[in-house]
Amino acid sequence: MINDKMTNGAKRMHVVVCIKQVPDAKNVRIDPETCTLVRQGVESIVNPHDWYAVEAALRFRDEYGGKVTALTMGPPQAEEALRETLALGVDEAVLLSDRAFAGADTWATSLTLARAIEKLGPVELVICGKQAIDGDTAQVGPGLAAHLDRPYTTYARRLELLNGGELRAERVTDFGYEIVQMELPAVVTVVREIGDPRMPGLKHKMKAKKKEIPVLGAAELNLHPEEVGLQGSYTQVVKVFSPPPRCDREMINGDAEEQAEKLLRLLQEAKVPGL
Amino acid sequence: MKAIIEEEKCVGCGECLEVCPVDAIELVDEVAQVDDNCTLCGLCVDVCDYEAIGLPEVQTAETDDLESYRGVWVVAEHHDGAVHSVSFELLGAGRKLADKLKVELAAVLIGDQLQEGAKKLIGYGADRVYLAEHPALVPFNDESHANVLTELVKEKKPEILLAGATAMGRSFIPRVAVAVETGLTADCTGLDIGDDGLLYQTRPAFGGNVMATILCPRRRPQMATVRPMVMRKPEFDSRRQGVVETFTPSQKSINSRVKVLETVTQDQETVRITEADIVVTGVRCLQKAENFKIIEELALLLDGAVGATRSVVDEGWMPYSHQVGQTGKTVSPKLYLACGVSGAIQHVVGMQGSEIIVAVNKDPSAPIFDVVNYGVVADLFEFVPALVRKIKEQRS
Ligand SMILES: Cc1cc2nc3c(=O)[nH]c(=O)nc-3n(C[C@H](O)[C@H](O)[C@H](O)COP(=O)(O)OP(=O)(O)OC[C@H]3O[C@@H](n4cnc5c(N)ncnc54)[C@H](O)[C@@H]3O)c2cc1C
Ligand SMILES: Nc1ncnc2c1ncn2[C@@H]1O[C@H](COP(=O)(O)O)[C@@H](O)[C@H]1O
Repeated sequence: MINDKMTNGAKRMHVVVCIKQVPDAKNVRIDPETCTLVRQGVESIVNPHDWYAVEAALRFRDEYGGKVTALTMGPPQAEEALRETLALGVDEAVLLSDRAFAGADTWATSLTLARAIEKLGPVELVICGKQAIDGDTAQVGPGLAAHLDRPYTTYARRLELLNGGELRAERVTDFGYEIVQMELPAVVTVVREIGDPRMPGLKHKMKAKKKEIPVLGAAELNLHPEEVGLQGSYTQVVKVFSPPPRCDREMINGDAEEQAEKLLRLLQEAKVPGL
Repeated sequence: MKAIIEEEKCVGCGECLEVCPVDAIELVDEVAQVDDNCTLCGLCVDVCDYEAIGLPEVQTAETDDLESYRGVWVVAEHHDGAVHSVSFELLGAGRKLADKLKVELAAVLIGDQLQEGAKKLIGYGADRVYLAEHPALVPFNDESHANVLTELVKEKKPEILLAGATAMGRSFIPRVAVAVETGLTADCTGLDIGDDGLLYQTRPAFGGNVMATILCPRRRPQMATVRPMVMRKPEFDSRRQGVVETFTPSQKSINSRVKVLETVTQDQETVRITEADIVVTGVRCLQKAENFKIIEELALLLDGAVGATRSVVDEGWMPYSHQVGQTGKTVSPKLYLACGVSGAIQHVVGMQGSEIIVAVNKDPSAPIFDVVNYGVVADLFEFVPALVRKIKEQRS
């Protein structure tokens, strides 16, 4: 079956999926007594949106043949994130790690990833998650497409390779959805509706442990230290601060009738439109 | 590059170790030391009570002629020719910036047959509207719109460029930023001009758990996408005068390698959750899909939108476009009414920017009560119908 489909694209597809390791939001909460943020033992996880990107890449490979490479830029420990994707059946993994990469904004990140993708040889499709939950920018996918000068689409929930070798995507918009079509090579970002991630398989898990993961730095990508990381970033974070916590909490007591009446009055006093 | 510790200020309390997501900090002789794992995320900077941690400064190359970039631009979004309200909100924010800098405020409209939209933008505060029209620029196409905007920016050189942080804005503005080689700050909630004349862009990060202020000191334009519903929409003044300047994009810009085959509009009957003043969210505890009706009834009554937690979407009761939270949408309405929501952090990060948060939950220890302004411990099957009755009574 796979072979049948493969003639569709007339070549073996190389799909690169970009993943990022991010701090887990689960361990961050507001202490209601002191009104401060508590961030205890923050752990790193794979950006939740990127699991959908991995799933999309694996489905694409399973359907049309070829291989999937997971790519990440991050500190040495980001290797763990790559191993997690290998355990799902990703074929290869590449880590971009260099002291000089630290502090990259989306410009520098997408440039670094783009150079790495160019180095990986012909890549037909690059898949990113919708956004990363730390920076929440959603800029790396489109930025990557610009650096690679490739067509792209965002928020895809369905991907299909047509007979002529073109990619058709259904993408979610603020108003509904759209169907777009483009030639490969291309870049897409995907949303949750693309399909739920599979579970790691035993065979893949074993392989994932042993698999060698190449590590590339700025020099290997022919990038000057001034082009990457903080140095290569156009935006600069000048201040990081906690948002003012909501500490004027008021509990509304009484039976449901009384509670409804009190709440309505409070909301009217606060001039909520339409009340 | 890594975070910088001022050793004389560090007291060795270890708070920073706790928050470091990459374990890059350790205490050596009671002084924090940062290793190469540091990603410069800044979480430790915020948590340090002794201001002993800082981030290094950037030294990127400067845009050649920084001074020749002038004016504040708002890229207007439109749908079937109707300008999106976020664009008017941005004109309100842009006006303040332009006045502070004593420069012109311009809007950009890309598409076809947009004269009406141009007039509206002037009425909402634009001094000038750059109008790029061509039949091939409809429907919206990321690539061609990015090309046209890039061409326009390169020719006219604005110092600041703002766009809505909508699905559309967040999709094509990043391409423009890379093409003109400048920085872009995503999803801002605060904008101001500093004494140094730079644009101070403030935005939530880490799901709203921290705020960051970001500058783009050495490149132009300074670009930002801005979250809808945060900036105040100015009053419309039909007598305001402005210039409509047509811009003819090159054929090369209009061409797109991406073909838009079909654009489908759905969900017209309910207000979109990212644009509603009021969002009413229900959860799985509503047992059956039909019970979700009481949530919908309340939302409809308030002219609001229906939000959903992930479990509601997983059950198929509401489409994914209604999901609020980490893997859904981020909303910041005037009122967020959470009915039965437990308050899992993955949900909270999508709504904690709301102006007023009200939660109804029968469990007084539900974590949602940590983030509310008003908490109601009640069974929602009693409370919500009671609230609906009261509102109806008052209105009649
Ligand atoms: C990676 C990841 C991403 C996620 N992304 C999202 C996301 O984007 N959005 C999202 O919403 N979730 C997300 N989740 C899931 C999230 O953690 C919660 O599981 C989800 O929010 C479901 O919570 P709930 O409040 O709907 O339901 P539950 O946790 O099942 O809570 C039900 C609540 O209803 C109350 N209740 C029950 N009956 C009544 C009654 N009659 N009257 C009053 N109160 C009642 C209960 O006291 C309880 O607090 C994500 C999870 C993960 C791991
Ligand atoms: N450092 C990184 N390494 C690999 N992929 C990344 C990195 N940063 C972002 N991405 C990809 O870009 C997407 C959007 O990230 P962001 O623009 O940071 O919100 C993520 O879901 C990833 O697919």
